[in-house]
Amino acid sequence: MSPILIDIRNKTYPAKHGSVGHVAIQNLRIELMGGEFVCLVGPSGCGKTTLLNLIAGLDPHFEGSIKADEVGGMLRIGYMFQNPRLLPWRTVRENIDLALPDGHNGSAVDHLLDVMGLAQSQGEYPERLSLGMSRRVALVRAFAIQPTLLLMDEPFVSLDAPTARRVRQLLIRVWQERPHTVLFVTHDLREAITLADRLLFLSAPPATLLHEVVVDIPRCAREDESEVEAFRQRLVTGHPEISVLL
Amino acid sequence: MRSALQQPIFSSLFFLVLWQVLAVLLDSPALPTPEEVFSVLYGEIKSGQLPYHLGVTLARLSVSFVLAMSLGSLIGIILGRHEKLDRFFDNWLVIFLNVPALVTIVLCYVWFGLTEVAAIAAVVANKLPNVVVTVREGARALDRDLLEMAQAYQFGRWKTLRHVIWPPLFPYLIGAARTGIALIWKIILVVELLGRGNGMGYQLHLFFQMFNVAGILAYTIAFVTVIQCIELLILKPLDRHAMRWRR
Repeated sequence: MSPILIDIRNKTYPAKHGSVGHVAIQNLRIELMGGEFVCLVGPSGCGKTTLLNLIAGLDPHFEGSIKADEVGGMLRIGYMFQNPRLLPWRTVRENIDLALPDGHNGSAVDHLLDVMGLAQSQGEYPERLSLGMSRRVALVRAFAIQPTLLLMDEPFVSLDAPTARRVRQLLIRVWQERPHTVLFVTHDLREAITLADRLLFLSAPPATLLHEVVVDIPRCAREDESEVEAFRQRLVTGHPEISVLL
Repeated sequence: MRSALQQPIFSSLFFLVLWQVLAVLLDSPALPTPEEVFSVLYGEIKSGQLPYHLGVTLARLSVSFVLAMSLGSLIGIILGRHEKLDRFFDNWLVIFLNVPALVTIVLCYVWFGLTEVAAIAAVVANKLPNVVVTVREGARALDRDLLEMAQAYQFGRWKTLRHVIWPPLFPYLIGAARTGIALIWKIILVVELLGRGNGMGYQLHLFFQMFNVAGILAYTIAFVTVIQCIELLILKPLDRHAMRWRR
């Protein structure tokens, strides 16, 4: 797995229909190591979603470059959006299969559905699922394409705390089964510390990189909330500029 | 199930009785009794006249329906997805929507002669703006989030059209189809009356000239029955199928 270099020199939204234009991102350089779990933390409205859309190729209008020396061509990107974005007129299983290339092997999907506790629900339509279940389906879809880079945009907001904790554990479990690079956006510092190898802090818009911190708590100790809390305390007291953001 | 059928049966019987009473009371050739009408209907079916003319009209109806629906959907999707084109052609649509059906029909016959092509073109031209407007509404309401999802997961053109764009448009198309059938079959009779030598409209014209009210009513009953069957056996099941994912 090779590193991915993201270099956004400028992303500006032009003025349109009476709204004024604004610079969303300026001089932002991020390097993601292969197989690394990186959390991007920043105030809401700071351009995190914009950044993910640029990386996913949804918005080609920016100055800069996104490079990966992936052997065999293009980056395969899984994108888990803030809301699940499932097709309501297709079943759970169809939603996942549609994201995969034709003629794929179904057993990997079976396994993922099993791990996420969705095997019983694969014939259901998304509107009949709870939000937590829909999120898990979206997670399966993102994992199923076996991405080299997984983008996650605050995927666990508005889940109740126990459900969010459970889905986070599932995420780490599946990620460890097949390590790949993850870029996870959140504004919840505890969540970021629980998940990440490295934290990147973004400024208020125009977004630039303010600070970066390696999370050195061993993975097995992260279930312990006091460890996470202690790390957070040290971080906030050591870097007062961060607490201003959150 | 039985109680669901009871009411419509009772209501139709009541209608027939009312008709019978009125016809007997008036005792005029302008309103024949149901019995006379059904015997004319039977005779016309047996002689093969009615099946022939009904068949011709239905063939015209299907061809113009398919043309209007497919062309209209295509234009509707394009206009719904491209704001600039939509703004440019919006006035055209308003004009075409408001041209009276009779004007289009007469113009088509004047420009293309009293031909089959002119007849079909006249029906299509009448229905097309309607389909465009309905489908355009659907295309405007497409979910951008889902389109982005399809792009991020590299669905490609065909998969996106089939799985992301088509299903939410389907109810709009069914809506257009239902109002479409109702509109087309009314227009098509006028088209036939003015410029064709066969079909329901032509027959009705003949009956009109001979003051044959029983014939007119017999053909009407046959036609309404067929259109109702299309609605019940094809369009309604399609509608239900399209809605199966809803909660």
